[in-house]
Amino acid sequence: MVVAVDVHKHFGNFAALKGVALEMAEGEVLCIIGPSGSGKSTFLRCINQLERVDRGAIWVNGELIGFRREGDALHELSDVELARQRLLCGMVFQRFNLFHHQTALQNIIEGPVTVQRRSRAEAEEEAMTLLARVGLADKCNAYPIELSGGQQQRVAIMRALAMHPKLMLFDEPTSALDPELVSEVLNVMRDLASSGMTMIVVTHELGFAREVAHRVAFMDEGRVVESGAPNEVLGTPQHPRTREFIAAVLS
Amino acid sequence: MSEASNEFSTAHLRHVQRRYYGRWLAATLILAAFAFVVHAFATGQIAWKVVGQFFTAKAILIGLENTIIMTICAMALGIVLGVLFAVMYMSPNPVLKNVARFYVWFFRGTPLLLQLLLWFNLALIFPVIGIPGVLEVRTVDLITPFVATLLGLGINQGAYTAEVVRSGILSVDKGQTEAAKSIGMTRLVTLRRIVLPQAMRVIIPPVGNEVISMVKLTSVASVIQYSEILRNAQTIYYANARVMELLIVAAIWYLAVVTVLSFGQYFLERRFARGHGDRQARVAPTAVEAGA
Repeated sequence: MVVAVDVHKHFGNFAALKGVALEMAEGEVLCIIGPSGSGKSTFLRCINQLERVDRGAIWVNGELIGFRREGDALHELSDVELARQRLLCGMVFQRFNLFHHQTALQNIIEGPVTVQRRSRAEAEEEAMTLLARVGLADKCNAYPIELSGGQQQRVAIMRALAMHPKLMLFDEPTSALDPELVSEVLNVMRDLASSGMTMIVVTHELGFAREVAHRVAFMDEGRVVESGAPNEVLGTPQHPRTREFIAAVLS
Repeated sequence: MSEASNEFSTAHLRHVQRRYYGRWLAATLILAAFAFVVHAFATGQIAWKVVGQFFTAKAILIGLENTIIMTICAMALGIVLGVLFAVMYMSPNPVLKNVARFYVWFFRGTPLLLQLLLWFNLALIFPVIGIPGVLEVRTVDLITPFVATLLGLGINQGAYTAEVVRSGILSVDKGQTEAAKSIGMTRLVTLRRIVLPQAMRVIIPPVGNEVISMVKLTSVASVIQYSEILRNAQTIYYANARVMELLIVAAIWYLAVVTVLSFGQYFLERRFARGHGDRQARVAPTAVEAGA
């Protein structure tokens, strides 16, 4: 489903990614952990082309992301082609990023109606089903400012799902939440994982990673240092940096 | 013991409001000054009957209509150009960006009156306009006082509005654009559906201010013979020498139009404050505060 080979990304002189390599299968749930500044979020954003990779390549669902290959040349895709390609992935942000001027329902139907040109009635019906699924049907006419962080994040997840993506990307989805609101968001993600959705989750919630992930990857200084089954990486880490990190988080 | 309990009992205490002597004094002085001015106008060389008589004179009403039409047309042109050039200014395309920079630099950098005269005298540089051999029009026929005023005011306004729109776009969080991209929106759709609607909250108050300013700026067009209200008032007082009376008529009409517009602005601001809590929405209308 996702293949990343030798992915590099620079911001000015700072090398955020120094050759990330990764492969994951359909239906797999991958949690990426690691210290801040290790490139986890940058890698996630590269998959969705919110950042352009400088070297290497990423394939999603067999499609080369962000470029068109002609011989040995990679041509950058146009704005319209990139927009179409982004439909492969749904993305959930740390700070929710719901559209402030739209209600919960409007947020969810915005993509289906404006981008996918589905009928409003059909999109609204599906959106209401999605909202009911996360227990927010009664909040359909609420503006984001009237919702708690946990509620906003649940709406944001449904906004991404409404586009029927092949892959869901989560960029630290619970880091901006009050502690008592974390579990309501994790529950939604747990349900989503058990429904068979392919997911990449950048997170600091090691408990969630241990329980839900099929695989955990530990990133440090722009590389994947170690990856494997959750109880291997989190329980018996092989690399000293992983051991250090997990000890620091758990203490 | 009883003394101590007296000291801390509050039942017999009462609150006395602070007295604002300064405010009373200032209000008295202002009222006195106001009365003086009113008295001067009432007993001065002003025939109030003439003011009443010309208040609804046909020429004045036509002038009023022309003023309103020009305000609407010039402002519409200004807003369209403003949005266009603001978007160009923020485009990653360096050609568009520099064209927009030049536009703002030029039209903000020269006086409006001078621009009006340039448009009005365009025929001196381009005697004919059009596609040679296909469609050609003599410039003097095309650039009427109306067209020259519209171009002058509208294009000048666009340069200012572009800066207002740009600051509005900058006020929208980058996360909104990223979320829009992530659901497959192109740059232009993101702008239209997500960024501009939210930027409106920041854009409306200054643009409202500029509409009000525009009502009065149209009077500058009197120098190129556009028959707006001030010019028509002047035409009348050249004939009957009632200068003050006709200027007062024009002033009252300007105030009336601006007052109505201030209310319109209040309701527009409320509409676009959606999703940002109620506080901004309840701000009272900023009546007649707009300087030119």
